[in-house]
Amino acid sequence: MRITVNGKSLDVVAATLDALLRELDYEGAAVATALNQAFVRRGERGKISLKEGDAVEILTPRQGG
Amino acid sequence: MTADICGDPLTLYGFTCASRLLVGTAQYPSPAIMSRAISAAKAEIITVSLRREAGGGRAGERFWALIRELGIRVLPNTAGCVSVKEAVTTAQMAREVFDTPWIKLEVIGEQDSLQPDVFGLVEAATILTREGFAVFPYTTEDLVVAERLLHAGCEVLMPWGSPIGSGRGLNNPYALRSLRAHFPNVPLIVDAGIGAPSHAALAMEMGFDAVLLNTAIAKAGDPVLMASAFACAVEAGRNAYLAGLMEARDMAAPSTPVIGRPFSDLARA
Repeated sequence: MRITVNGKSLDVVAATLDALLRELDYEGAAVATALNQAFVRRGERGKISLKEGDAVEILTPRQGG
Repeated sequence: MTADICGDPLTLYGFTCASRLLVGTAQYPSPAIMSRAISAAKAEIITVSLRREAGGGRAGERFWALIRELGIRVLPNTAGCVSVKEAVTTAQMAREVFDTPWIKLEVIGEQDSLQPDVFGLVEAATILTREGFAVFPYTTEDLVVAERLLHAGCEVLMPWGSPIGSGRGLNNPYALRSLRAHFPNVPLIVDAGIGAPSHAALAMEMGFDAVLLNTAIAKAGDPVLMASAFACAVEAGRNAYLAGLMEARDMAAPSTPVIGRPFSDLARA
């Protein structure tokens, strides 16, 4: 399945957002997620099915002004 | 007597602190220098952000661990967001990662000046306050916008001094003074554009409650020393405001007593 993750087009096998984080080696990391510009809470990631063309954002803490 | 937390606390959404200098965490030469600069600034609130990271990367993790070690309250931002939807989603994501309802709300409307889109700002602030966020809106000095933001539920306003990263100081002192005068009981933090300690001192002398800056410290030749300079300036400015500044005059007025001046009875050439 081809989806966009953080602006990059990727082929992934994960069927859920939770599985996607494991597939991309984010498991256990302090990240926040959004699917098609809508926030997805940590506890809901396993219930969120991915589909072709979805746009996922995976954000981590960073320096800011 | 200097201002301190006992006699002159700053309270923002129920959080009381002594420091009136909020600093950003970006652009420092190294994480170690950032930590030392934050300490030298005596900051009790620091700004952070959320950004994309490549899969498997752990830069964000390391940064967050460092911030947690500092034990300082964080104010996440929505920097770079150009729409209400982006800003609201980013705020929601920040609340989960940073475990705080505080959000420095930025909705950028123009890329050259990074001027706030005040219409989007009010809309986003309305949504976020309804969702329980404590919104710190990065705004202009516009009085009507300020009123709308307060009506939306904001308890703090953060007018810009000048464009982000410009270091131009207070571009519109008249409007900033008007803002201060119109909202005497609202915590007002001058955010953005502060380039020198004198700018920060001026903002504080004008009665602003605090200043927030990043680049002026982070990009200084010696960020730690500059952070210390800003801490002194903010404290000096605050004390000057509390002490009450003299009225400016158009003409000179001798400070040394005129009565008893020697040779005063002699005719002058």
